[in-house]
Amino acid sequence: MSDADNLGFTPNEMMTIAASRALRSNDVCFVGIGAPSAACNVARLTHAPDITLIYESGTIGTAPDVLPLSIGDGELCETAVTTVAVPEMFRYWLQGGRISIGFLGAAQLDKFGNINTTVIGDYAHPKTRLPGGGGAPEIATSSRQVYITMAQSKRGMVEKIDFFTSFGHGEGGDHRKRLGIDTAGPTLLITDLAIWKPDPVTKEFTVVSLHPGVSLEQVQATCGWTVKFAEALDETPAPTELELKTLRDLQARTKAAHQGTAKGKAA
Amino acid sequence: MVKFLPLKEAVAQNLHDGDTVAFEGFTHLIPTAAAHEAIRQGFRDLTLIRMTPDLIYDQMIGMGMARKIVFSYVGNPGVGLLRRARDAIENGFPRAIEVEEHSHAGMANAYEAGAAGLPCAVFRGYRGAGLAAVNPNIKSVTCPFTGEVLAAVPAIRPDVTFIHAQKADRKGNVLVEGIIGIQKEAVLAAKRAVVTVEEVVDNFDDLHPNLTVLPNWTIAAISVVPGGSHPSYTHGYYERDNAAYLEWDEIAADRDRFQAWMHKNVIESSAEDFAGRVEHLRKAA
Repeated sequence: MSDADNLGFTPNEMMTIAASRALRSNDVCFVGIGAPSAACNVARLTHAPDITLIYESGTIGTAPDVLPLSIGDGELCETAVTTVAVPEMFRYWLQGGRISIGFLGAAQLDKFGNINTTVIGDYAHPKTRLPGGGGAPEIATSSRQVYITMAQSKRGMVEKIDFFTSFGHGEGGDHRKRLGIDTAGPTLLITDLAIWKPDPVTKEFTVVSLHPGVSLEQVQATCGWTVKFAEALDETPAPTELELKTLRDLQARTKAAHQGTAKGKAA
Repeated sequence: MVKFLPLKEAVAQNLHDGDTVAFEGFTHLIPTAAAHEAIRQGFRDLTLIRMTPDLIYDQMIGMGMARKIVFSYVGNPGVGLLRRARDAIENGFPRAIEVEEHSHAGMANAYEAGAAGLPCAVFRGYRGAGLAAVNPNIKSVTCPFTGEVLAAVPAIRPDVTFIHAQKADRKGNVLVEGIIGIQKEAVLAAKRAVVTVEEVVDNFDDLHPNLTVLPNWTIAAISVVPGGSHPSYTHGYYERDNAAYLEWDEIAADRDRFQAWMHKNVIESSAEDFAGRVEHLRKAA
């Protein structure tokens, strides 16, 4: 990949590392599987060692050595502070207001941070039936803030999503408040090209920082809506050596553990 | 009172055509052996309830056993889609199925309400979510004290629940540990419960007093099936076979390959085959 040759890191690595930097040691983070899981664990292994990572299987304060393939891998439980039943997870810990950051991925996303992971096409007669929401509908409304991370594409970042799996800012403005949702909702979007934040009034995601080597045109070319850019655009600091090494080591351990079956890992 | 039975008899005595059934296990302790026995016995018109349908419901749907599914995440966890379930929903193959979709919070609350003997569950959920518009079983109630509008879903009350667990004692009390998921609620919400276990021990005298133990009088039948949750895992016994989950994505992608795999590994197989499947996943002592 030419980006990696020129810059020494890939766009996906930059995305994961930029996402990890948004997390703090005092965060209690409800972790979605996939890209969020990698970012959360890089944060834990670098600048946020005391962060509490929670997976919806009920594992609280978990510290896996490899990234879990599923939200219920055994290592999440073995390394957790405690493991609770699933109803307790959703009732006491999420609904009870204990989660500071809900970290979600998305199949389809619109400019107001609404997410679709349910269907492409009509719900009753879908063109593609996706897995659905799992924990996300309530993570999106009960976490105090929501961070979203996904790689940019015109198919993924669309003007209008096919289904509201998880509510972001709805039609924008004060739509959350009008529905009686008193949490902040999506406050940060980290893609492989840029960092986005919602406009304080309209709540439309606006690019505030471009990753190194990324142009405005690239961001627009991989996004299905007309992109708004902040007047003073930052450049995201490139990954440090430590960040890159931490991410790559984590991914190498993960690949070895998942492809081979657990045989090698136990030995 | 609980009976120790071979799995074949435990399934035959407790599951019937047209039943509403839950094979629960939240990624961990998935009762695969029990599901495979149900497939061998060829039940029809089942309503399959499960938070995460996973491979076993993909298999049962692909074999044409389901009339309806009730779920909150119809994916192959960490891998992608469930391709037999997709084929049924998108193309009506091998038969059209009815879909009732919830969020995890909705399902978890509904099981808990079932266990608690309540008609419905009340919680703060589905706000702004599209599911409320497509699932008529998602309604709302107003708190009589604060006026807050809350989500309501009907309690889940399966005819029968199947779970897998670590161990039973000789009296038939059952221990569940690790990621305990929704196991206890699914058992207590059901009219009947069948449990497969890794082993039977003399007694639970030395256990910590607050562990999750299902007393024997809450269970209809127990079957000893070592390895019975493969390719899921049993905490303390063997690890998750992640490679099998990755492989399933390819098997289920093709209708003929799926049928061939099912015949070889399920129809012409038995509960005794599970022990061998987890041998390489047991931790070195």
